[in-house]
Amino acid sequence: MADLETFRRETRAWLAANCPAEMREPVRDESDACWGGRNPVFKNSAQKQWLEAMAARGWTVPDWPKDYGGGGLSPEETKILRQEMARIGARNPLYSFGISMLGPALLKYGTETQKKHYLPQIARGEIRWCQGYSEPGAGSDLASLQTKCEDKGDHWLVNGQKVWTSYADKADWIFCLVRTDSQAPKHKGISFLLFDMASPGVSTKPILLISGYSPFCETFFDDVTVPKDQIVGELNKGWDVAKYLLGHEREMISGMGLGGHSGTLGEALADAVAGDPLLRADVARFDVDSLAFRAMSEKFIDELKAGKAHPAQPSMMKYAGTELNKARHELIMAAGGADALEWESERSRQGKSAREWLRTKANSIEGGTSEIQLGIVAKRILDLPGA
Amino acid sequence: MPLYLTDDQAMLRDTARDFMAEQGAIRSQLRHWRDIGCKDGFGHGLWKQFAEMGFAGILIGEEEGGLGLGHVEAGIVLEEIGRNLTPSPFLTTAVAFVAAVKGTAHGARWFPGILAGETVAALAIDEGARHRPEAIAMRAERAGNGFRLDGAKQFVVQGASADVTLVAARTDEGLTLFAVEKDAKGLEVEGVRLADASIGARLTFDGVEVDADAVVGEVGGGDTMLARSLAAGRTGAAAELVGLASAALDMTVDYLKQRQQFGKPIGEFQALQFRSAHLYSELEIARAATLKAQQLLDEGSDAAEAMVSVAKAKASRASQLAVQEGVQMHGGIGMTDEHDIGLYMKRDRVLAELFGDANYHADRLARLKGY
Ligand SMILES: Cc1cc2nc3c(=O)[nH]c(=O)nc-3n(C[C@H](O)[C@H](O)[C@H](O)COP(=O)(O)OP(=O)(O)OC[C@H]3O[C@@H](n4cnc5c(N)ncnc54)[C@H](O)[C@@H]3O)c2cc1C
Ligand SMILES: Cc1cc2nc3c(=O)[nH]c(=O)nc-3n(C[C@H](O)[C@H](O)[C@H](O)COP(=O)(O)OP(=O)(O)OC[C@H]3O[C@@H](n4cnc5c(N)ncnc54)[C@H](O)[C@@H]3O)c2cc1C
Repeated sequence: MADLETFRRETRAWLAANCPAEMREPVRDESDACWGGRNPVFKNSAQKQWLEAMAARGWTVPDWPKDYGGGGLSPEETKILRQEMARIGARNPLYSFGISMLGPALLKYGTETQKKHYLPQIARGEIRWCQGYSEPGAGSDLASLQTKCEDKGDHWLVNGQKVWTSYADKADWIFCLVRTDSQAPKHKGISFLLFDMASPGVSTKPILLISGYSPFCETFFDDVTVPKDQIVGELNKGWDVAKYLLGHEREMISGMGLGGHSGTLGEALADAVAGDPLLRADVARFDVDSLAFRAMSEKFIDELKAGKAHPAQPSMMKYAGTELNKARHELIMAAGGADALEWESERSRQGKSAREWLRTKANSIEGGTSEIQLGIVAKRILDLPGA
Repeated sequence: MPLYLTDDQAMLRDTARDFMAEQGAIRSQLRHWRDIGCKDGFGHGLWKQFAEMGFAGILIGEEEGGLGLGHVEAGIVLEEIGRNLTPSPFLTTAVAFVAAVKGTAHGARWFPGILAGETVAALAIDEGARHRPEAIAMRAERAGNGFRLDGAKQFVVQGASADVTLVAARTDEGLTLFAVEKDAKGLEVEGVRLADASIGARLTFDGVEVDADAVVGEVGGGDTMLARSLAAGRTGAAAELVGLASAALDMTVDYLKQRQQFGKPIGEFQALQFRSAHLYSELEIARAATLKAQQLLDEGSDAAEAMVSVAKAKASRASQLAVQEGVQMHGGIGMTDEHDIGLYMKRDRVLAELFGDANYHADRLARLKGY
């Protein structure tokens, strides 16, 4: 206990000294966050400085082993670090599919060589990753994917199409599900493959979203050559890796239910609700749900770190967190009235409220829809019968 | 502190779970006392057993003969009470009353009886049909060497069996709590059977005279103690609701696996699966909120008050969903008195109302947050 108190004190002092003032404000939108990569784009020098300071301590991934670029912190210390960051409103130094999705899968399924090679780069934000799961004919029914990966002796040859690939046009590498055995039952012929998006034969085409942004793409693979050692886990057993990664993706997405700041929605909307008792009531009920979910989130993380969480629990968290986040933004729109509808004005910060509201609608779709999560909870946690 | 039960707490849960399932089961307790029309609505024998198990003294300090544990542990027992709909004076006596009188002269007076499972205590707060402790109007005037109480209270759970009732009334100095004994002159107690077969008494105070030492704590200093008592009671009720809802969900899910219609178990229908999974999710969130509130209360944190309201509101709503879905998914059998699911629905309604319903607590949260 005393050690943890010391750790808290030291962490607090270090953050006070090293977290620039500009990095103590909430991230405005996806483009305001730091994504790292081969050719990183920093909004300002504070962003770069913050990433470098945190990466130097392994604190972009505080609970990963030091050998792989992590901070080597215990679950308790990690929790303290997060609490102390939240206390001063410190931003995440790095937004990264490498950290939240691929990293955990590599830690569990990667070879020692793969771990030593990829994990430190992820920790330092040197490679920006994208996720090649979905295909035009394989969304919820992900295992029906068709992208073909053939064994050509000294390399793999990949052909096919992915869709909804977030940031494919900005990513350096892709982690991808491919079919390596077309004869096997559908879950048994899939492998988990990593490759460079700069490989010849890879092309991307952005898709415009209802929010007016185009963060995701159609991604095409046309005779892409991939080195043999870039499969993670066993050949044809990529489904296990895929599912494990999805658990982490869902855990990450469920975090959106927390709304990014520590106050209640009612405090943020106090002026708007003051003259509107029905809106105030709606917001108050929402805040009950929201604070309760915050507790759930803390409990889930604590249980996860202690190995006490049910393996399907991320599905429940994802379902609850994303539905909550959608409800939050419906209320923000309602409270904003006509102001929240502005799409391009300076005073609306280019339609921040409206665009965020629309973006949250994807929360209950990406990473597996709410319906899919409910089905998983029903079957794997409640043990209800059926396919 | 991690937000799950420690090993010691998990042991207590296992003990309480076995005890309540064996001794507090619906058939031998709730149905038994209901069917014979028991005026207390619970069995004094079981209350003695609670004491033998040490449960009655959970919140009482070790130096006073109790276990010196906290709200998390009280909640563990309450969750098992909820699971079995076990009628007992535990919530009012061992939780809300103990929390109020702790550290006052009344502790020495009443704790031995509570620890022995002989004393039952109640709380008289509400004066109208809704929980509005801010609006307590009952008066207490100085008279002789004590006070004279006039007014009426209702929804006094266990009020008909209580040896001592904590009464909140206004004096010139402000809100004051009085410990009124059952044979006080001028006190009229009318036991009223509620929908769940428990008794929620109506109390009429017609010039009831009490000595100055009936005052709990300071004259005019009742707000703090009432707040402490309500926080304990509300969190406790939330825990009982979580237990009740868990049992209703388990019972329903079992039924979905067994009941065959259209040539398969009805649990195969996605419409029912999705609703069950949604319910599970709401219930887990309510459980987390309740545990968080209990931990914050035990830590004496400033954040406890808001979380208590979150817990009570969330648990009430999750439990309401559990019993409504429970009865619906049982089909016709769920409407029968013979099946237990309906008993859960009735108990939920009572607990949802006790110490403030979901709307009361959402409103309270908003006020605490300044909007
Ligand atoms: C913003 C965003 C980012 C994304 N990023 C990526 C990415 O980076 N990489 C990637 O690979 N994919 C990504 N996706 C794709 C995402 O994983 C899929 O959209 C998702 O899995 C749903 O698949 P689908 O769109 O084909 O819908 P469908 O599977 O066609 O589903 C349509 C509807 O039917 C319902 N449905 C389907 N099956 C069932 C069932 N068994 N029971 C009940 N209802 C069912 C669904 O819930 C949904 O409501 C992203 C999606 C979004 C919106
Ligand atoms: C007060 C009362 C009065 C009644 N009076 C009469 C009467 O006078 N005469 C008479 O003949 N009957 C009467 N009934 C019986 C009534 O018609 C049945 O209770 C009703 O049809 C439901 O059947 P069940 O109870 O067997 O439920 P079940 O069929 O076992 O259903 C259990 C649950 O499963 C759900 N379920 C079942 N199949 C599906 C499906 N395919 N998809 C999704 N969900 C499904 C149901 O909606 C329900 O929630 C009465 C019932 C009540 C409660």
